[in-house]
Amino acid sequence: MVLAIEPMKKYPWRLNNLHVKHGVMNAAVELLREKIPFVQSMCQAIGHSIINVVQALGSITMFVLQTLRHCLTPPIFIKHVLRQFIDIGYYSLPVVGMTALFTGMVLALQSYTGFSRFNAESAIASVVALSITRELSPVLAGLMVAGRVGAAIAAEIGTMRVTEQIDALSTLSVNPTKYLVVPRVIAGTIMLPILVLIGDIIGVYGGYIVSTHVLGFSSGSYLYQTWQVLENMDIISGLVKAAAFGFLVTLMGCYHGYNSGRGAQGVGRATTNAVVTASILILIFNYLLTQVFFS
Amino acid sequence: MTIRNKIEMRNVFKSFGTKHVLQGINLDIPVGSSMVIIGGSGTGKSVMLKCVLGLIQADKGSIKVDGQEMIGSSTRAREEMMKKFGMLFQGGALFDSLPVWYNVAFGLIHGKDMGKKDARILAIEKLESVGMGEAIADLYPAELSGGMQKRVALARAIATNPEIIFFDEPTTGLDPIMADVINELIGKCVKNLGATALTITHDMASAKKIADHIAMIHEGKIVWTGPVEDLEKSGNPYVDQFIHGRADGPITDPQSNLLKSA
Repeated sequence: MVLAIEPMKKYPWRLNNLHVKHGVMNAAVELLREKIPFVQSMCQAIGHSIINVVQALGSITMFVLQTLRHCLTPPIFIKHVLRQFIDIGYYSLPVVGMTALFTGMVLALQSYTGFSRFNAESAIASVVALSITRELSPVLAGLMVAGRVGAAIAAEIGTMRVTEQIDALSTLSVNPTKYLVVPRVIAGTIMLPILVLIGDIIGVYGGYIVSTHVLGFSSGSYLYQTWQVLENMDIISGLVKAAAFGFLVTLMGCYHGYNSGRGAQGVGRATTNAVVTASILILIFNYLLTQVFFS
Repeated sequence: MTIRNKIEMRNVFKSFGTKHVLQGINLDIPVGSSMVIIGGSGTGKSVMLKCVLGLIQADKGSIKVDGQEMIGSSTRAREEMMKKFGMLFQGGALFDSLPVWYNVAFGLIHGKDMGKKDARILAIEKLESVGMGEAIADLYPAELSGGMQKRVALARAIATNPEIIFFDEPTTGLDPIMADVINELIGKCVKNLGATALTITHDMASAKKIADHIAMIHEGKIVWTGPVEDLEKSGNPYVDQFIHGRADGPITDPQSNLLKSA
């Protein structure tokens, strides 16, 4: 009640004694009085979070524009790009390969249990090939790389921010965006399609192993069906998606690291945010790109 | 007589949200002098330094370096200006993915397009000038002690022969002997280069050793400035409290705190 009196004192014009005279009104006004602080704080919270979202969108947009500008203007640190090729591409190969292999295998197994009810076992090869190349290989590779590479980038750049190494770059006449962000974003955008292409092959091969060795298909007809059903567009759409995901993952890692808060806690939060935002953006862009390609 | 000022700050303001850190800084730093800014923690020393460097954009006011306006200048102009600066960061801020010699040579290789071989030779020369040699050149910063890291950072700050060097709390976190070594080195390096130096510190021994001029900052304003000899007889209550390290005085006075919150 003490709280409820506060807004009355603050805003006497809102409720005056005339309103309070009547019995029924009394209860309603009483209720309203109690709710005023609550409504106020709710509006405040909503407004606050909207402002935060708009601010974040603005700063991400600026970051993207700056990154793209530096991607297109020399000098580019070629050695750093090559090193990131190894870090982002080569070292992600085991993770992406294992993911693709077991996804392909389980896909064959699951679609067999479903399709055998309708005597449609022959469709397994097409299901495996299409789902792997169009959806699963790019999305799962993207998510795995977000966890492996996005987190590492955010932690590394975040630590550099916290220990003033990014400021030190500026004082030594090196643009931090050019030196840290551009090589990673270029490497991510180029390497993820290559990883996904390898993932495509391994994934289809996983389906092939299960179909021929466990489910007893003939290897010739399985491969023939796979070959028949796949079109260039299936592969290409997957690779374009992969490039977009590679860009998103590295960009989010760099953005959150670059704007990391203070101390170990700040870096930890930057790492979490990098992985979470990258993963969600991958799923959103996957839908959007699918709609562009296949509708 | 006219002494040309290397750095001129006029009415510099900077706020972070509702926190008003700099509230009208006015400061002149003559060419070739060593200015030390003293003041408690959280009074805006570091922010002021970063405003001059352009790492933080000041809200309003004017910062002129060699007569050239820094606030609102283009990124390119600021990057050009950076080549005149060297900076020793509080924590060293050495690049931990690079060996020591490359850290020292970084500004030479990337800022001045020097070849790696020449840069390495020069870097080792600079390391020797801060009392270290080729033996540590191929180590990584994490393998060095705090004092050694500070010395490497100093070598990196002076490697490009800058006209202006900034020192951010150069002796913080070092034992008294190492602190004195660093102070000696700073004095020597600045003299040898003929550079203008701007140091921020709350270590009075260090301040007296390095400074020609001293300025005291309190609550985002310069409250006193003068030559180092006048420090003891400044007659300024803020300075007196600070240099004698007293708990009672205008800095900690509740009266002045009341004024601040009003």
